[in-house]
Amino acid sequence: MTMTSAPPPTPARAAPTGHATQAAPGVARTRRRRGGHRNEWKGLAFTAPFLVVFLLVFIAPVVYSLYLSLFREQLVGGNAFVGLDNYAELAVDPQFWDGFWRVVLFLLVQVPIMLGLALVAALAIDSARLHASGFFRIAIFLPYAVPAVVAVLMWGFIYGDQFGLVANLNDWLGSTVLAPFSREVILVSIGNIVTWEFVGYNMLIFYSALRVIPTDLYEAAELDGAGPLRVITGIKLPALRGAIVIATIFSIIGSFQLFNEPNILRTLAPNIITTFFTPNMYAYNLSFSGQQYNQAATVAIVMGVITAVIAYVVQLRGSRKEER
Amino acid sequence: MTTLTEAMTTADASGRSRTSGRRRRGASSLKPRKSVAFTALMALLAIYALVPLVWLVINSTKTQAGLFSSFGLWFDDDFVFFQNVYETLTYRDGIFVRWLGNTLLYVVVGAGGATLLATLAGYGLAKFRFFGRRAIFAVVLGAIAVPGTALAVPTFLMFSQMGLTNTPWAIIIPSLISPFGLYLIWVYAVDSVPTEILEAARMDGAGEFRTFFTITIRLLAPGIVTVLLFTVVATWNNYFLPLIMLSDPTWYPLTVGLNQWSAQASGVAAQPIYNLVITGSLLTIIPIVVAFLGLQRFWQSGLSAGSVKQ
Repeated sequence: MTMTSAPPPTPARAAPTGHATQAAPGVARTRRRRGGHRNEWKGLAFTAPFLVVFLLVFIAPVVYSLYLSLFREQLVGGNAFVGLDNYAELAVDPQFWDGFWRVVLFLLVQVPIMLGLALVAALAIDSARLHASGFFRIAIFLPYAVPAVVAVLMWGFIYGDQFGLVANLNDWLGSTVLAPFSREVILVSIGNIVTWEFVGYNMLIFYSALRVIPTDLYEAAELDGAGPLRVITGIKLPALRGAIVIATIFSIIGSFQLFNEPNILRTLAPNIITTFFTPNMYAYNLSFSGQQYNQAATVAIVMGVITAVIAYVVQLRGSRKEER
Repeated sequence: MTTLTEAMTTADASGRSRTSGRRRRGASSLKPRKSVAFTALMALLAIYALVPLVWLVINSTKTQAGLFSSFGLWFDDDFVFFQNVYETLTYRDGIFVRWLGNTLLYVVVGAGGATLLATLAGYGLAKFRFFGRRAIFAVVLGAIAVPGTALAVPTFLMFSQMGLTNTPWAIIIPSLISPFGLYLIWVYAVDSVPTEILEAARMDGAGEFRTFFTITIRLLAPGIVTVLLFTVVATWNNYFLPLIMLSDPTWYPLTVGLNQWSAQASGVAAQPIYNLVITGSLLTIIPIVVAFLGLQRFWQSGLSAGSVKQ
């Protein structure tokens, strides 16, 4: 999962925009009363450097790929406007759909496992029933600091049948029952790497949301004679809802963008991991092996829109439940 | 996902001033007993997290032949860690050192620049009123949800038309934007930079930028450091962007270079250097792990303070 300019999850806060705008008016009002007009250009001067670069690396690429997706390089006549032809072609492109359904499957299996583990770990550390909980917190989080490349290389070696741990295990079992690079298992092998990288990160997001539950809630629950399980279902899980929605959204984005892990593992299993293993790898190989930039831009736009829609639906469902 | 970075930052920014009264120590009022069985269960997860790292450390002490002949989770008879480090640093005229230098360049200019831009803009948005401010804020927040990889290919195409690919700028310029960093500083500045102080500085005739660099920056320091820590991780670990932007190995960062070393083990003219890939990987993660452990107190307190402002 690569996100160079990654979307950062806000712990325990489902709608950052919400208070952003809430907080704003107060400030605005004060400024208007006192400084007024004089400050117009000054505020803009502080913001301008960011805006210029932002236009260049965020807005312009989006606009440019929209443009690209509507054109095509043709043998006769060169670069020509083709309307939505690229999209129509993509809609019936078996390689695209192969990768697409693979990441959907990945998403449906890996994300619940990872978030479930993270949730259990966060509840365990928060329960104050662990010895050395500080150690667990940092140990489980540590893989997050490891670059994806190093994580995949490491796991790739461990999976390997030459000097990996898996080879050691197979020797010990006297069989070749474990085959991380086989066609059936490769997705599980990738899922394991992604889980390893991000379980601690999600755990910390949940943990930080648990830490801010007011103590009086627990005291009230104790007075009412609620047991630990009841405290979890009645107090802790509801308090975690915002954090879970955020973590889910970012995991969905991460799954749809799956690239680093399969692309690096491809060196070890070139026949099993295809060039269109995930949509992102497909877009990458379209542009860098095939020079089919217009098609690559179309894949990027389609995946961007699908991701945005799903993220929006999850966010909507998450907050609707909250109101109930 | 680069992002803890920012998760933590948020935490930090929003918390601080408002938290204190409400925080609790675990569920201490209930005084639950410590449980050995529970601890053992969590130990399994910790082992899962740590085993690959332990494997990396152990295997960085082996020769290439030793990697094949010895058990993965224990040492070989020959202990050649320092020789491996020496070979890693000198292989192909010290290309690894060059990659390390590149990575440092991208981190210092990219992450440093991202933090500076986010701080200036976050402060500008929080403390000044100007036309289009809200629109700017809405667009930047929307950008948080745009996956970086979706933009990578179009950015490459654009940069190649501008002649920027295969130069350090292709890595540095996209690293300069951290929408979340901006959001964090904005939230932080609203609370921690009192407008009265700014007014007083203006009365004394100090210019806005002088006020910013002498007063504001100090008040914002905790937020700035958190943003910096996480943008550093993001740039240090960056892989996809340099992979597509660079074809000249002399500009590679460590991540892309290591993968190239690993890839040379297969193919027609295969030249495996597994021991150098392993030692190089270890050298790559040491600085970032040390930074996280060393600054632990800082980012953990930031994290818990942070998520308060619901």
